[in-house]
Amino acid sequence: MKLSPDEIIFWEYGFININLTIVTTWALMLILVISSRLITRNLKVEIHISRWQVILEIIVIMISNQIKEIGLEKPEKYIGFIGTLFLFIGLANLFVIFPWYQPPTSSLSATAALAISVFLSVPYFGIGKKGFGGYLKSYLKPTFIMLPFNLISEVSRTLALAIRLFGNIMSGGMIVAILLSIAPFIFPVIMNVLGLLTGMIQAYIFSILATVYIAGAVKIKAI
Amino acid sequence: MDDLTLIAVVSIITAGFTTAVGTMFPAIGEGRALSKALSSIAQQPDSSATITRTLFVGLAMIESTAIYCFVLSMILVFANPFWNHFIQ
Repeated sequence: MKLSPDEIIFWEYGFININLTIVTTWALMLILVISSRLITRNLKVEIHISRWQVILEIIVIMISNQIKEIGLEKPEKYIGFIGTLFLFIGLANLFVIFPWYQPPTSSLSATAALAISVFLSVPYFGIGKKGFGGYLKSYLKPTFIMLPFNLISEVSRTLALAIRLFGNIMSGGMIVAILLSIAPFIFPVIMNVLGLLTGMIQAYIFSILATVYIAGAVKIKAI
Repeated sequence: MDDLTLIAVVSIITAGFTTAVGTMFPAIGEGRALSKALSSIAQQPDSSATITRTLFVGLAMIESTAIYCFVLSMILVFANPFWNHFIQ
């Protein structure tokens, strides 16, 4: 039994290899980029707009409202990063409706890459808002005794982000694979539907948690 | 009992026990959090959006402990490093 799509390797040279995870990620990136390019090619502000523009507007407004509710005042600055995270993970988990598709989020390397990008974006946005010294001072809140705990929480929440997404998606695929060998007729379909729901919730949670972490670094407290 | 059998027995029993304990307590915690959130929404339906979002984030935090146990038991059953060490 294969635990992750990392083990299917197409091309290998030294320690560099191209496996199914990378290929699927590239395909998803291509789909996202080409479709958003096609939709935003002729945007209109008239009464009659195309259906795709309506769908895109709904998604963008929903994400920016969520970001605003968490406490980031200007969502336009952050929607590029957080919205991409949500759309990528959501699409990667949604495509399990296609046969022989293995979601790249069921490999620990892909989720670790996403979590590391969140880990790096927190100081990026924090320094951009408060300056270098102001960002470093946020590690000393509320007192300097909390410094090691703040540093530990930086690392552990990144690890938790990666493992949470990986475990949820991998367990969905694993349950379907086990059920296929026990009761292959109807029951795996039901578990697959449940996996779709879990995938969308995990995409939502991943982007919400990224927003919460960024908001924690950006927020200016009046102390 | 040789080494391989001993490792297999210990790994399988530990994997089952890990899953048992690791699903039991997060389930209790998530149930308590969910019931509290539901009663809060019943009392104050206006703030249901905030409560739901916080509930999802909190449930994800609680559930990650269960996911750790799941990943650990999967490693023990399907990709056991000690087993692979003794096979070679």
